[in-house]
Amino acid sequence: MIDFLNSIIVLLNFIIIPGISYGSQLALGALGVTFVYAILRFANFAHGEIMSFGAMITILFTWFFQSQNIGLGILPTALLALPIGIIATIILCIISDKFVFQYYRYQKSVPVVLAMVSIGVMFVINAIIRIIIGTETIKFSDGQKFIMKAKQFKVMTGLNEGLALKSSQVITILITILLLTFTFWFLQKTKTGKSMRAFSDNEDLALLSGINPDRVVFTTWIIVGVLACVAGTLYGLDKSYKPIIYLNLVLPIFASAIVGGIGSPFGAVVGGYVIAFSEIMVTYAYKKFFVYLLPSSIEPTGLVQLLSTDYKFAVSFSILVIVLLIRPSGIFKGKVL
Amino acid sequence: MMKFERYEWLAITIMISLFIFVGFIQGWSVSLVILNMCIISAIMTMGVNISWGYAGVINFGVMGFLAMGGLAAVLVSYPPIAESWQVGGRGLGISFALLVVLVIAVMYINKIVIQKRNRYILNSLIIFFGILIIRHFYLNATHNIEDINPAIAGFLGGLGLPIIFSWIVGGLFAAGVAFVIGKVALGLRSDYLAIVTLGISEIVVSVLKHEEWLSRGVKNVIGLKRPVPYEIDLQNADWFINLVTYLNSSKLNNIIDLGDRQQVLNNLIIDGSGIFVKLSYAILFLIVMLIIFYFANKAQLSPWGRMMRAIRDNETAANAMGKDVVKQHLIIFVIGAAIVGVAGAMLVTLDGLFTPSGYRPLRFTFIIWIMVIVGGSGNNLGAIFGGFVIWFAWIEAAPLTTFIINQLTVGLEPTNVLKLHLLNSVPYFRYLFMGLILLLILRYRPKGIIPEKVRHS
Amino acid sequence: MNNLIGKKLTAGYGGVDIIKDINLEVNKGEIVVIVGPNGAGKSTAMKALLGMLSLTSGSVEYSNEEISSMLPQNRINLGLAFVPQTNNVFTGMTVEENLEMGGFLRDDDIIHTINDVYDLFPILKEKRNQSAGELSGGQRQQVAFGRALMTQPKILMLDEPTAGVSPIVMDELFSRIIEVRKTGVGILMVEQNAKQALAIADRGYVLVNGKNSREGTGEELLNNPEVRKSFLGG
Repeated sequence: MIDFLNSIIVLLNFIIIPGISYGSQLALGALGVTFVYAILRFANFAHGEIMSFGAMITILFTWFFQSQNIGLGILPTALLALPIGIIATIILCIISDKFVFQYYRYQKSVPVVLAMVSIGVMFVINAIIRIIIGTETIKFSDGQKFIMKAKQFKVMTGLNEGLALKSSQVITILITILLLTFTFWFLQKTKTGKSMRAFSDNEDLALLSGINPDRVVFTTWIIVGVLACVAGTLYGLDKSYKPIIYLNLVLPIFASAIVGGIGSPFGAVVGGYVIAFSEIMVTYAYKKFFVYLLPSSIEPTGLVQLLSTDYKFAVSFSILVIVLLIRPSGIFKGKVL
Repeated sequence: MMKFERYEWLAITIMISLFIFVGFIQGWSVSLVILNMCIISAIMTMGVNISWGYAGVINFGVMGFLAMGGLAAVLVSYPPIAESWQVGGRGLGISFALLVVLVIAVMYINKIVIQKRNRYILNSLIIFFGILIIRHFYLNATHNIEDINPAIAGFLGGLGLPIIFSWIVGGLFAAGVAFVIGKVALGLRSDYLAIVTLGISEIVVSVLKHEEWLSRGVKNVIGLKRPVPYEIDLQNADWFINLVTYLNSSKLNNIIDLGDRQQVLNNLIIDGSGIFVKLSYAILFLIVMLIIFYFANKAQLSPWGRMMRAIRDNETAANAMGKDVVKQHLIIFVIGAAIVGVAGAMLVTLDGLFTPSGYRPLRFTFIIWIMVIVGGSGNNLGAIFGGFVIWFAWIEAAPLTTFIINQLTVGLEPTNVLKLHLLNSVPYFRYLFMGLILLLILRYRPKGIIPEKVRHS
Repeated sequence: MNNLIGKKLTAGYGGVDIIKDINLEVNKGEIVVIVGPNGAGKSTAMKALLGMLSLTSGSVEYSNEEISSMLPQNRINLGLAFVPQTNNVFTGMTVEENLEMGGFLRDDDIIHTINDVYDLFPILKEKRNQSAGELSGGQRQQVAFGRALMTQPKILMLDEPTAGVSPIVMDELFSRIIEVRKTGVGILMVEQNAKQALAIADRGYVLVNGKNSREGTGEELLNNPEVRKSFLGG
């Protein structure tokens, strides 16, 4: 029985908790990509950089608040700076729409052209970020680091295995729940939200119903800005902030959005968790888990690892390819909000 | 035979004068280094342009194909490591044979078992246990290989053939991978295809990075044999010394002191040997580029090229006319990838080393796409032009930025924080330039600088 | 006076004019039907009235006001409504949400209008929480109709409302159209089922090759031997 509990704790500590928090970050990112895809109808390659930009602004203001000795006690100061980051990210989104994307929307360009354009935007934001904050790894989480340390847990329960709970993980999960609830409530219950769904569903008919496309697009960028900045900041709080990582993050985010069924917000969220858990589960060495669970005679000798951690990155795309082969429209048939 | 328009001659003149300009300002050695990379970029760009410009098939898997070409260079030219084959050859052979058996078994099941659910279950079981068995042999073999003299070997080595063969083999490798990718992904709509090919190239690169028995992975392969002479051999070769003396005879004759003259001659020989090597590469590369250019143009003008354009411009109509669109897309995707593979082998040849971790899809794929779009998709000369100009801009962005920043901040003290920060950020401005170039071209010249010629036929 | 008049409309796609010098008029409380052979430009004429394609020449007037250069969205605001032939519902949204979207521009309480639509099409009330994509063809057509009514239009344009539905559903739809007319709405529709449509029409236009060929009351056209011969099937 104790062994069983220990094995469960191992899973919780190394797979489930990290999976949920990484999955939440991907889900928020993928949701942002999905909004752009459903309303503006293109794959936004700049999304990773938009997240990065939001996180950067949050970091800059975190530093400012820290220098002024303004803080939130046990909570990270970044939470205080987050709203400013969000506003900056929204402004960035709207500026890039006004000066870049809008033109192609009015021209009724094909989606591929818009995707190319988003690559240009990606480069520009990428450069701005590096020029402002450099390329170094930045840790900006302060306040109380752990809600529960592994050691405390061991003492508390008397088990062999510890369960550590970082406050950044808990914050990630709470904010994600809050934001997702709000987003889905907004889409399902408010008039503006419904008009966005209508626009995504059938653009011509939405125009015939008097829905103003410019307003729908504007609202979309606001939502995208919020989601991107929060996702970027949470990822940075949980791991650390490094511009190159955000550039690479765009791949698992796209994978999440497509796996869930691109254009479907619910699918994007599920996709985020699917990708996060598969990345972690496929590359985790299960030896410890089986040592607890199996009698010592048939204990595994190797690491019991499906793929070496080196392949972490490849996993999300393998999942994507498999899903596209079996069910090309994604888990939840996509295309509409 | 094709004829160039006036603006096309202008483009060619611009390209040539850029290198002459750099030659005079920064030295011929620098100019040739840039030229060689420009030619390789141009070949990659032509590869992408063939699938995108001719047929509208998007290929974001460039880095994967480039890396396959690089792998070919290693496998063709590196001397074989007998010991590795001894300890691991058999195991690898067995696992490969088992893999073939597994694939055949799955295909057989697909053929005879009709009921979908049974087929799923049976296939999953066979694949699962098959992989378990294969893994056993495979891991044993690769461990043994990787344990042999890990500091300098630890992989299978290659065939020990002249590296120049790898330019063809690299094309074939890339084509093979492209065929598999194409089978899986073509038929998706373009933006999906873009993301999927990008992701798969990420997978290809990570396999090369981590399968050390094959490619030495992150430990890199160095010291690949060149197809051109080594500087040190040139410096000791009589004909080369005579050549340098002859070329500089007037300059040398003006120096009276014999010791001085020898000194100057030695320096000239050292400089000259470097330039000679780079020039030899440049000539080899130019030949390849012109061959590909010739055939690419010929193909574009052929009935096949016309059919591709028809498919690109109206897929539904082409489909209705009975053209097998997916098959044609696959063909052109594979051809484009093969050309990129050739460029990949050439790149490793030029560097003399293979560093899998250097292939970063998210970083470089888009640069090549900027080359295609800026040059003018659907036009081969445009592709070459794009490759040249963008690589040139990529390299020269740093000196240019330094110059601009110094001009703008000329009133500030050298210790001014802003000035120092900006000067430290010089390397990042190239991304800004790339992004702006792409955005400006897409906005004001969406067909590229040298657009596709509309042929009425 | 709520009337929509198209004067000497000439319009088409990609530089090719499909309709030439067409005159159309719909007044308050009447049903006007456009009939004609395939490719005669019936739908094009209707889209030109709504501003979904730009006019080469001619003008559109609504309540004695020139609206030729107004965006379709703004014409909706004036009191025009349009039901396209296909893709005329939001498939991913529920029936009720479809109706709400129809009333998007209204600031007043739309619940009464929704109830009016439910009274007109009782089946929709039953399926109010089902997504429109799951409904049958005839029910979808009712949703589309109801969505257009939500703006409380003065003039309602229907592009082949009975395309692809069974004869029973068609009769049902036509009787609803008559009911809508009673509320004072002017209805302009393009119909393939010309006989049935002319039977309920106050007036009709016959278009041939993009030009006005004949006009008159529904009855006149129904009884005209030439019209009968050319496309009412004798």
